[in-house]
This record gives sequence, C-alpha cells and structure tokens, in this order.
Amino acid sequence: MMAEELARTHDETEPGAPAAELGKPESSLPDAVGMPLLRIEGVVKAFGGVRAVDGVSLDIRAGEFLALLGPSGCGKTTLLRMLAGFETPDEGRMLLNGRDIAQVLPHERPVNMMFQNYALFPHLSVRDNIAFGLKRAGLSRAEIKDRVAEMVALVKLKGLEKRRPDQLSGGQRQRVALARSLARCPQLLLLDEPLAALDKKLRESTQAELMEVQRRLGMTFIIVTHDQDEAMTVADRIGVMNAGRLAQLATPRQLYEAPRSRWIAEFVGDINVFEGKIEARETSRLTVATRDAGTLAVVEPRDAIGKANVAVAIRPEKLKLSRQGPAVDVASAHAVNRLEGVISDVSYLGGTTSYKVKLDSGAVVRASMSNTTRLDVDAYGLGQRVVVWFTPDDCVMLDQ
Amino acid sequence: MAAAAVTAGKAGQLSRFNIASLALGLAFLYLPIVILVIYSFNASRLVTVWGGWSLKWYRELFNDAAMIEAAWMSFRVAATSATIATMLGTLAAVALSRGDGFKGRTLFSGMLYAPLVMPEVITGLSLLLLFVALNAERGFWTVSIAHTTLTMCFVAVVVQSRLASIDRSLEEAAMDLGCDPPRAFLAVTLPLIVPAIVAGWMLAFTLSLDDLVIASFTTGPGSTTLPIRIYSEVRLGVKPEINAICTLVIALIAVLIIVASLAAKVSSAKGESAAPL
Repeated sequence: MMAEELARTHDETEPGAPAAELGKPESSLPDAVGMPLLRIEGVVKAFGGVRAVDGVSLDIRAGEFLALLGPSGCGKTTLLRMLAGFETPDEGRMLLNGRDIAQVLPHERPVNMMFQNYALFPHLSVRDNIAFGLKRAGLSRAEIKDRVAEMVALVKLKGLEKRRPDQLSGGQRQRVALARSLARCPQLLLLDEPLAALDKKLRESTQAELMEVQRRLGMTFIIVTHDQDEAMTVADRIGVMNAGRLAQLATPRQLYEAPRSRWIAEFVGDINVFEGKIEARETSRLTVATRDAGTLAVVEPRDAIGKANVAVAIRPEKLKLSRQGPAVDVASAHAVNRLEGVISDVSYLGGTTSYKVKLDSGAVVRASMSNTTRLDVDAYGLGQRVVVWFTPDDCVMLDQ
Repeated sequence: MAAAAVTAGKAGQLSRFNIASLALGLAFLYLPIVILVIYSFNASRLVTVWGGWSLKWYRELFNDAAMIEAAWMSFRVAATSATIATMLGTLAAVALSRGDGFKGRTLFSGMLYAPLVMPEVITGLSLLLLFVALNAERGFWTVSIAHTTLTMCFVAVVVQSRLASIDRSLEEAAMDLGCDPPRAFLAVTLPLIVPAIVAGWMLAFTLSLDDLVIASFTTGPGSTTLPIRIYSEVRLGVKPEINAICTLVIALIAVLIIVASLAAKVSSAKGESAAPL
C-alpha cells in the first residue's frame, strides 16, 4: 500500500499535478528514519460482537503530534484506551520502540493519558495530584519537589499548588491534568478529548499552549477529538476514523485538499459534490458529464479512477462568484468550469460570507468568500443572478 | 385556601396549613419519646404521676449492676458486629460495583439486599437453628455474628451507592500513573469512600444496639443485651429507671445518626467534585 503510493508519487510529473505537499505519500514522512516510535499493526477490538476497532495500522514517529478524528462511535477512543492499556486488543500488535505493549498492564507502560474529564483526584491538592505518578516511580523527595515545581511552571499554575481540584476553574483543572500526565516524561502522551469541556476562546488558547508544550518538550502526542478545527490546529497529521477503520492518515492539508474518499471529503469541512460519468480522457484531464452541473473539466487524480461513475467535489471557498464570469485572461489560461444560478441564501459570518446558489439545474451549491474589505459594495444579494466558476485544479475526483 | 398554601409553599414560606400538618406529624412521631424523656427526670416512684424534677433514677441506674452489664454487653456486641459488618459489606460493595465481567451480578446484588426486607424473626430463628446445629455455645459471639449478618447488607448499600458515584476514570488515572490495581484502590478509591464506610459503621452500630428480636433468639445465659434486659424488666412493670436508660440510648443513637448523616453529606459533596465539570 505504502509502496504503491510512493511509486505513484514518483510518476507525478505532468503539468497540473497537485501542489508539492499534496503529492507526498501519506503514510511515511520524509524524515522518518528506521523504526517509528509507535507502530500499530492490524489492531482489532470487539465489544460483544461489534468491532469497535477493526484492523487499524499506523506508524507514529517520535516528536509527532497526531490527531485521531472521527464521529462518535468510530473507535478512536477505544484505540486510545488500548494504547493506554485499559483495553486489550483482540488481534494485532502495538510496538512501542519495537516492544509489543498490547498485553502490558497500564501501570507498566511508558505511556500516560490525559482523561476527558481530567480524572483529577478530588482528595489531593494540585501538588499531590502532579506528584502522584512521581511517587510511584520511586523518585526521591527532592527530585519530586523539583519536578512538580517544573511542571507547575510549565502549565502556569504557580500559587495554586495547595488548592484542591474543586477549587479550580475548568481551565486550571485542564492544566493540572496536563501537568500530571507529563510529569513522568512518558514516551507517548495520549489525550482523550482534552479540551471538550472548555469554552471556545479558552479552547483556542489552550490548543496553542498544548502545541507549544509539545514542541518544547519534543514529546509525542496522540489526541482524540471530534472537533476537526482542533485536529487541524494542533496536529502534524490526522488519522480520520470511521466505523472502526482508519479512513485516511494525512497532514491537515492533504486531508482537506486531497481526501481519499467521498466520506472523508464530506466529513472534513464543507464540500459540494456533483455526481457524473467520465465522458472523455485526455492527457491529465478528464471531462465529466454531471447531472447537476453539466460538463466539467477535471484534473486526472493521482489514484486513477477505474469506474465510469465518479463524483466531482469542490470546496465552497474554491468556487468563485462573479457577475459576468471569469476575467478573459483567466479564462484563456485554463479550461474554466462555468455554472450559472441565482443567490438563494446569504450568511454573513464575519471573516467570510457564505452563499447558497441555486443553479439553473435546480441543484444548490455553497460558495464562501472572504470579506477582504470592510465596505463591500459588490456583495451579492438574494435573488441576484451570478456566474459560479472554478478551475479544473480546484476540484477533487472521488468514487461515488 | 389550597391555592394559597401552594403559592406560599412556592415562595419557600410555610403556610398555616403546612405548619399544622408538620406539627401533627412530628407530634405523632416524637410525643411518646418526649414523654419518656421527661418522665425519666420524674422524682415520683410511679411512672404515671409527675412528682417534680430529679436525677434520682439516673443515680439508681448507675447502681444497677445488671443493667450496666447489659449496656456494656450491647455496646461490645454493637462495636464488634459493626466492625465485621463494615469490612464484609465494603468488600461486597466493591466486588459488586467493580466486578464488570462477573456474571450473575444482579442476582448477587439481590441476594445481598434480601436481608434488608427479611423479617427479623426469620433471620433470628434461622441463625438459632444454625448455631444449635453447629453446637455453638450461645453468648457474645453468636449475637455478634447474628448482628453482623443483619447489618452487613446496610453497610453494603451505603458503600455501593458511594462507589457508584465515583468516576471510574479516577482508578484508571491512578493505574496510568503507575499504580497496580490494588494500589490504585488504596490510593484513590478508598480515601473517597471512607465517609460512606464511616456512615455504614455507625448505621450498623445503631441497628445492633437496638435489636431485640435477633438478639433474643441467638443469645445465651449470661449474655443479656440491653434491649433484652429492658424488655424483661418492663414485663414485671415499668420502673422509672427504664425511662432513664432509654433516654440515654436515645441520646446515643441520635448523636450517631447525626454524625453518620453528616459523614454521608461530606461524602456526597466530595463526589460532586469528582464528577466531570
């Protein structure tokens, strides 16, 4: 699978190929040398006949920040709990630095976890919570004291060491939980929806702090989240899971711009999808006859699609709106796809404005435009007739 | 009128109707006890005639060696059986609430709680038959064991409800931070259920202290508990001295109940902070 992708990547010399990063193979990173820190091989876990995790394999290199993203019930938390040792895989191996940890008990793994509800010990102070794991590690009192002080400084909790968890705010508890899980210097830190309980603003600033801590300590983090903005913000790579399987493992950009399947395309961000049939194949270009958007010119995807029935997908921000259509010079440089319709809905969102355009075929497409000027005299109004256009490079070809 | 009462209730103030019903209910519950307590301070020999205030019967009580011995016996039985019942009940509660994989858990829970509703006569009789069959000498230990079987399920109920409110991820966090499962229990779960264990012990103690039926089935000569002693004295006619000992027992039990409920309150307050945000 990996070899195939590599081979495909080397073939990519035609004009109009996706940008450099999108062309990279997904599962191996350029600087991965030798064994990865963690290799998960064909892990399966079933609960009462239902396969919560169904044959997941992935590699994580040291120092990486990986996000597991997926709808609830996709198996991401089960996978994380198997890494922590709270669940034992039915099949497969989990190699941490070459050692299979699948059957190792939680307290014997060099792995720590930050729990979704933080799981702070309510009867212990902040200091004792952070020191809890250090005491079990057999450190001397002086070492524990130093390490706790270091952690308290790292997560900016100075002055709160003597408080109990119920005397802290949500954000402070989150920091204590982070400090506690980092104190033992785990080779791998697992974070189970660590920011779900925080409000939006606090979540954003905490995401930044989490990334900074991870970079500063050079640790390997695996975060489970259902929030794709969060995954994209913090992670180097994102593993999207669906129904117990790893649907795609890629950088945020690859995931968004080159989703491997229609399900991923629709799960990650917004997308307009036109179903159709391939009508003609030219060098590096396909012509697709769609039901809703007429004939579209599309760049041939890397994974050549064998079937005739395909879906052409395009993100809303890549649709351009205009009153007359693309400027002449743009139109001559590309084979531009051009649709016409009427604005049926306008949502002003601050940074962007989201439009719904009812095409003449009856289908509705979503387009979003950046509000780059404060006074936009050209904003489109309801019922206005517009031209929607996009270049073949901007669409993604997917199986139906 | 009824509407007015409802509105008044909503505002958090008691209407006249509410006050009256509350007073009636409390009088029904506590009037006999209040009368008993007042008459324990009666100077008259006759239980039914008021002869002025006096501590005479308390003095007499402390000179009644048989009564003091019975009280001491009851106290020892209560302390012993409460301690054993607390240990067994706590273990049962832990096993029932933490043993995920174990089949028939519902059946075991049900069986554990059955003695709560079992008529005491049946419990007492069956224990008596058991002790006779085992040819056990009846006395302090047979009563203590009998009271342990009675009170253990109460402890289990109290501890189990506390355990149910503790987030399982706390124990997982302890294991994640290097504790093996027994250590995780001792370091995290046990401190959190201590208030419930204390409450359970006090409940067991008071239940044992005031039990007459099971004790009279399972006790032997020379091991008379206080309730048995009082009951046999009363059959010969109520002496004011009985009022005095009853007042003391009421005071002791009231204190224990208050402490137990305070402990349970502390326990649940801690539980809230253990819960997710």
